Parts: sequence; C-alpha cells; structure tokens
Amino acid sequence: METYALLLAATLNAGTVLAIAGLGLLINERSGIVNLGAEGMMLVAAIAGFATAVQTGSDWLAFGAGALAGALMAGAFGVLVIWLNTNQYATGLALSLFGSGFSAFVGIHYTQERLQSRPHFAVPYLSDIPFLGPALFRQHPMVYLTILFMAGLSWFLYRSRAGLVLRAVGESPESAHALGYPVRRIRLIAVMVGGALCGVAGAYISVVYTPLWVEGMVAGKGWIALALTTFATWRPSRVLLGAYLFGGVTMLQFHLQGEGVAISSQLLTMLPYLATVLVLVLISRNPVWIRANMPAALGKPFFPGG
Amino acid sequence: MTTPTRRALLRGSALGSIAMAAALVGCSKKEEAAPVTAATAPAAEAAAAPASSASAPLKIAFAYLGPVGDGGWTFAHDNGRKALEKELGAQVQTSFVESVPESADAERVFRDMVAQGNTLIFGTSFGYMEPMLKVAADNKSVHFEHATGYKTADNMRVYDNRTYEGAYMAGVVAGGMTKSNIIGVVGSIPIPEVIRNIDSYTLGAQSVNPKIKVKVVWVNEWFNPPKETEGAQSLIDGGADVLLQNTDSSAVLQTAEKNGKYAFGWDSDMTAYGPKAHLASAVNIWGPYYIKAAKDVLNGTWTTGHTWWGVKEGAIDLVSISDKVPADLKAKVDKVKAGLKDGTFSIWKGPISDNAGKEVLKKDVVADDAYLGGIKFFVKGVEGQVPGAK
Repeated sequence: METYALLLAATLNAGTVLAIAGLGLLINERSGIVNLGAEGMMLVAAIAGFATAVQTGSDWLAFGAGALAGALMAGAFGVLVIWLNTNQYATGLALSLFGSGFSAFVGIHYTQERLQSRPHFAVPYLSDIPFLGPALFRQHPMVYLTILFMAGLSWFLYRSRAGLVLRAVGESPESAHALGYPVRRIRLIAVMVGGALCGVAGAYISVVYTPLWVEGMVAGKGWIALALTTFATWRPSRVLLGAYLFGGVTMLQFHLQGEGVAISSQLLTMLPYLATVLVLVLISRNPVWIRANMPAALGKPFFPGG
Repeated sequence: MTTPTRRALLRGSALGSIAMAAALVGCSKKEEAAPVTAATAPAAEAAAAPASSASAPLKIAFAYLGPVGDGGWTFAHDNGRKALEKELGAQVQTSFVESVPESADAERVFRDMVAQGNTLIFGTSFGYMEPMLKVAADNKSVHFEHATGYKTADNMRVYDNRTYEGAYMAGVVAGGMTKSNIIGVVGSIPIPEVIRNIDSYTLGAQSVNPKIKVKVVWVNEWFNPPKETEGAQSLIDGGADVLLQNTDSSAVLQTAEKNGKYAFGWDSDMTAYGPKAHLASAVNIWGPYYIKAAKDVLNGTWTTGHTWWGVKEGAIDLVSISDKVPADLKAKVDKVKAGLKDGTFSIWKGPISDNAGKEVLKKDVVADDAYLGGIKFFVKGVEGQVPGAK
C-alpha cells in the first residue's frame, strides 16, 4: 500500500514538470503561434535557474531566473515569427537547437557544482493522514501551485474578457484586428508568457527534480510537453491530467521493472507520442471537433491589412 | 621584349612545378615507407625511437565522449591524461577534444588529430570503434587506442577496465549497510558489461548478507539525468535503501541524498555530489594504462591486442569509503581488494546459478575472460529478467 502511495507521489512530481511547460505552451498556442523551441527554452532556463540557485540558494529566485530566460528566448522567437513572419516551425526548431547548444556553452562551469540539500516540504496535519499523506501532501509547493494555476488559467480563458480576446486572436486574427485589438502585441505577450512557463519548468528540473546541471539534461521533456498540448486538445484541465498520465506512465514502467515485471520500457517511452498522433487523427477527421478544440489560426502567419 | 620574359617566366614556373611535384612524391614516399617498417619490424622502430623522443615530444590526443566536467566517465579519463603528463613530463605533449559524438563527426575529429601530428590517439568510448578503424587503416604510422571495444587492427588496440570488480566491492558495502535487505541498481543499457556489473554487485552483497534482493531498472541510455532520477526514485519507493548506478551522471546519488538513502559514486569519486548518501565510489583509474601505452610507443614496443585491467594493475578501486561504514565491513572490502591484487580471490568462481535456478558456473570453476565477456543472465538474487532475454 505504501508503495502505491509513493508511486502516486512520484507521478505527481513527474507530471508537474510536464504540466507547467504544457500550460505555458497552451497559452502560446491559444494565440495561434506554435513554438517548437520548448526543449531549447527549458534547457537555457535550466542552467539559468541552476546558476541562480547555486549563487543565491533560493529556489524561488531560481524559478524567476528560469522564467526570465525562457521569456527572453520566446521574445526573440516572437519577434521573428510575428513581425518578420518567418516560418513558425522552422524558427521553433532552430530555437530548440540553439537552446541546447547555448545552454551547454554557458553551463560548462556549472557541471561540477552542486546544490545544498533542500528541506522536505509537507503540508501540516494533512501529510500525516495514512496513504493520502505520503501520496499527496509531501510535495514541493510548485506541485500545488501548478494545480492552482491550471484552475486560474481555465477561468482566464473561458470566463474573462482578456481570455476571450486571446482566444479570438488564435481563432481569427483578422476579425480581432478589425475590432481594433493589437493582434501582434497580444501574440507576443502570449508567446513570452509561454516561454516564461517553459522556463519555470526548466528551472524546476535542474533545481528540484534532478538537482544538478549537465548538458542536455531536459532530455526530451520539452517535446513531450509539446505533444501534451495537442493530446489535451488545448484544454487546461486536460493538460494537467495528461501530464499526470504521461508522468504516471514513466513512473509506472520503472516500478514494474523494479518489481521484475517484464515490460518493454521502449514501448512505454513512445506511448505519449503515439497517443498524441491518435488524438490528432481523431480531431482531424471531425470538423466539429476541430472547431471545438484546435485554435483555427494555429501556425498560420498573420499579415495585418494584407 | 615582353615575349621572352613571359616565356622565361613560364619556363621557370614549369620547372618549379616539376620540382614541387618531385618533392611531393618524395614526401609521400617517405610517409608510405614509415608504416611498412612499423608494421613489419617493430625492432627497427625501437632502434629509431630514442632518437625521435629526444628531439620532439610524443604527441598524444584524446577524444572524450562527454565534457571533462561530467564528474564521471570523461572526468576519470581526463584525470588519466593528467597523470600521464605528470609522469612523462616533457617526453609527451597531450591534447583532448571533448563531447565528441559517436557518429561520423568522430571520424573527422580523429583525422584532425592525425593531421596535427599526433602519433598516439585514444578514443574513450565504445561508439568510436568504426570511425577509428577507418582512420587507422589510412594512417598506419599512428597508434590508435580504443576504450571498451572489441575490434583491433595492426595499429589499433583495445583497452578496458574490470569495472565489475568495483561493483563487487560496492556490493560488499551495500550488503552490510542495507536495513531492508533490498538494494537497487539503475542500469543503463542491457549489454554484457552492465549485466556483469549488476551480477557482481549482487555477488558482493550476498557475500556478507545472503538474504539480499536486488531490484533493477533500466533507463536505456547512458546519460539522461531526469530518467535516472525517476528510476532511482522508483527503486527507493519499492523499498531499496542502497543504490548503485551504471549510468554516467550523479543523479542517482543525488536522489538517494534527497530521500535519506545510500548510494555510490561510479567511474569518478562523487563524494561531493551527495555527502550524506555517499558510501564509496567505484572508480576507474586510467592513468597507469595511459602511461604504459605512451611508454610502449616511446620504447617502440607497442603491439596490438586487448588489455583488461582491474584492481591488480591499479586501474579499479573503491575509494572515499564513508565513515558511516563500520570498520569490520571496511576490513572485508580490504580483504577482497588484497585478494584481487595478489590473485588469490576470484569474484566469478562457482558455484554460481542464475536467477531461474540454473547452475551457470560449476563448483570451483573460475570464469575466464571469454565467459565474462558474454554474460547475459542475472545471478540468483536479482529480480526480474534481462530485457530481451528469452
């Protein structure tokens, strides 16, 4: 029983990394921009966060530094694709490759640094409940903040005026433009917020999840987060559930291996991507579903007055 | 008046180019002549070598898989390079290229190293085998050394360390330190080397604690810190309280530190990455071999072959044993170390059975290197199956 509680706890932790980045990319994509540079942004943010944590010893400053690094990279990407109308997919891929090289370059001197061990977090009283305590209430505060953020984002997107404008920009930038909304600026803000959240996720990896810095340490989580937004059909709550699902699959396969159950870990590793392709096929076959889910202008360039 | 001058010029340049061509032919002939002597008559080279070593240092190059600051595999190799420089001083001149991918790029790096005049080249990862073979075939006068591979050529040989001896000694410590009697291994890729290490770790633990159970998870990569963390976490959640990793980062040690469990350093001394969790580090010491190889070239005694060094030759050790390890356990490790050194103790000595109960090594039979090179089974005490095994 204890083992399952710990499996659940590890799943929440693994899912949180994906959820933060996934929610960021969701905001980004809701504005109609696809940023394939998630992996690169997370790597640069990981080293920025790790370096900050080494220098200051503060997790929260590290998350801030990660967010800043992610936002700056996303900003550069935004200027390129929104104003100069470069191809979003090619530019995003370039950003990803740039990020992995750049982070390795600036991080050379940090590979042998290590962080002070952190105190354990536990929610008072609740963490003493049998089973539920160790499973749910002994996590890093970021795990709970992510859930709150998801709720806030849902409210923002579907209940607030600003969220409506953001969605309008992603659905039909021409209409939003005609109504007088600054489409390009709104898109830039969305892209930068997305980058900042990817940055927080990157810093969470290097400071909390795997507290060290080494070249390429994000190791594909950025790509899973990208797949996740599609898998979740651009809904915040589904991004969170999908993140826990993908995180759970990873942890479960390790648990099964540890228990000696013969299961192909390679097969499980490709499941998130397979599931994403499946969702894409499903929504692409049904026009109503496409309209209900995918931002209509996703990935398309926008020329005001053109 | 201009015509003769031009004609003279033309004649001059023609003569010049003929002379240059002749010189080039001469040069290339000389270069071709050298390897013939090197390959067929090492004695002749031996006679010529002292003269060359007096005039110029032996140029040695290293190709590393990771950055030298990885704190593990590559870091250990670079320490070996430094030991070599210290030992042979002005007789050698070393250089290295780090983060060389195991792809076609490696070939380019090796060709560069040859072009820069290096005559002894070390490739420190398995994946460099084919590129190195190719470059070695084109440069017969250069000596190539490949770590952990199996293919050789007249001017390319293979070296490796008996990492399983370090794993066994770590196992002795783990068996004595565990309270749950469950210890874990985060494995990289299920190849014989790694399986042998897991088995040896298990045998070591069983030598002090027969009740031991070993759980294994595979991350299927040499280097993926988040996955190594997840694997380590799941082992801890499953009750393991002492972990070993056969991967390239310190993530497993740090996960143990975070969870208040024990773990080991691997390849390099990793004490600093998890001071509370760290029990000991099973390290590779490449220095002695690098010094030997350079001396072989300097003395003209370099010949192709396989080298597999361990505790006996000072290439493997268990270092920085924590104060938490009781003295009697330390004494047991010392006994193993001494036995391996003087050859009175063998790790792989029967009876040994696999975890399906089949006897794989008969009583009092000592496994030879060919046997060790092909281990594809888990010994008794390891849970689960080797991936891909029928």
